[in-house]
Amino acid sequence: MRLLMNKVFLVLATTAAMIGLFFLAWILFTLCIKGVAGINLHVFTNDLVNGGLRNVIVGQLMLSGIATLFGIPLGMLAGVYLQEYGGNSKLTEFIRDLSDVMMSAPSIVVGTFVYAVVVIPTGHTSGWAGVLALFILMVPIIVRTTDDMLKLVPIELREAGMAIGASKYHVTMNIVIRYARAGILTGILLAFARVVGETAPLLYSSGSSQFWSTDLTSTFPSLTVSIYNLATMPDEEMVQLGWTGAFLLTAMVLFINIIGRYASNKTRR
Amino acid sequence: MINMMEVQGLTFTYSGAPEPSLNNIMLPIEKNKVTALIGPSGCGKSTLLRAMNRIHDLYPGHHYEGAINLLNSDEQAYTDILGLKKEAEMIRLRQRVGMIFQKPTPFPMTVAENIAYGLRLTGVKKRIEVQEVIEKSLKDAALWNEVKNRLNDDARGLSGGQQQRLCIARAIALKPEVILFDEPTSALDPISTLAIEEMISVLREKYSICIVTHNMQQAARISDYTGFMYLGEMIEFDQTDTIFMKPSVKQTEDYISGRFG
Repeated sequence: MRLLMNKVFLVLATTAAMIGLFFLAWILFTLCIKGVAGINLHVFTNDLVNGGLRNVIVGQLMLSGIATLFGIPLGMLAGVYLQEYGGNSKLTEFIRDLSDVMMSAPSIVVGTFVYAVVVIPTGHTSGWAGVLALFILMVPIIVRTTDDMLKLVPIELREAGMAIGASKYHVTMNIVIRYARAGILTGILLAFARVVGETAPLLYSSGSSQFWSTDLTSTFPSLTVSIYNLATMPDEEMVQLGWTGAFLLTAMVLFINIIGRYASNKTRR
Repeated sequence: MINMMEVQGLTFTYSGAPEPSLNNIMLPIEKNKVTALIGPSGCGKSTLLRAMNRIHDLYPGHHYEGAINLLNSDEQAYTDILGLKKEAEMIRLRQRVGMIFQKPTPFPMTVAENIAYGLRLTGVKKRIEVQEVIEKSLKDAALWNEVKNRLNDDARGLSGGQQQRLCIARAIALKPEVILFDEPTSALDPISTLAIEEMISVLREKYSICIVTHNMQQAARISDYTGFMYLGEMIEFDQTDTIFMKPSVKQTEDYISGRFG
């Protein structure tokens, strides 16, 4: 009886895994077939208005990149506070819980929030609103990673730093963070990969534009929002461009993830 | 004979603990001698050692009573280190009273930077001066020949024994007056242990040393004075020969002859 149960369970688990993998493979397969077909130099050298993706790719990277530039210092400082200075106080636990809740907040909620506090008062979508939405999404991830990575630093190392006469500040900056550097860097890369593929928070915040722009105060080109728009267009060529964009985005996220995993494996060794 | 440090009537209570972990401890650390602390696990020997450079103060809420006197640099008077409050005073204290831990703790830097780091914190900036101290400290720690071609490699690539000697080099680079060893060889193999023990007997000429050890033979081999601790009390303190040959307290005799502990 027990052996039978074992077999049944094994079959069920394997089937479930196969179904999951089947759909994943299907998605990736379709994406590659439809996406690769549309890749040519024209896509990279022209803006959306001329049937290319140059402006939206650059725009997406700028939105995510600038959000990351602001997110790194704030997220890391908060993580350092939680692990090095906060101790076990109620406030520390509260911030940690709050940050975890924020991490699982649906991204459309963040997008709507930014819409309410930035887009409506200013009267139009803008790059900065998009940056803010991505920033809100990514800070909790960086806080969590920094917190976790600093927790792995042996306590003896902090004591040894103190024992040669380093101040708390020096121990934290020069020894603790340096020890955890690779792990934190990986976390930041993964956080970047997470936000670079977000559509929902940008939909109402940055919007998207067909034209080349580096002006963050007005509606800003976004790859993900453009994919969303292109996919619903009646024009066959536009839909094809959407597939190409989706493929490029997936490749980009995959690439960043691989770098992140590689870096973290290298650290563990 | 001059005492470098004098622990006088120290009672120490950990944050939140109902009972003190150390009771009315007396311990002199004689200048240029090795003083060993022995006793079973949990007897308070590491707690006592960690009070002597106030590394306990990394965590808030601990409570000290009594005094720990440290001889001033002019050798005229003593300062009670339990009276220190400012961070700058604590930093100065830890530069004068160095500490080596059980597990080797190389900083995530190169071999040379590990030593230079503490020096820079004290304000030594000149490159040549730093280079000289690095070389001298590594020679004093009997490590120079093994690492002179690896100064710019990550210190975490050294072997355990080498890492521990690097930590000693790092401590002596700051020219401390006292060095505290907290079971420095319990994570090392016999050969590395021997190297460290030999080094300690050389270091005695320049520094005053206090070592906590689980290993009674080690205490007998390298120390001039030995204190036996049990349940937070200093049961007996005397010259090492006396402690091991004819201890005056029954508990000490039972412990060193292996009848308990």
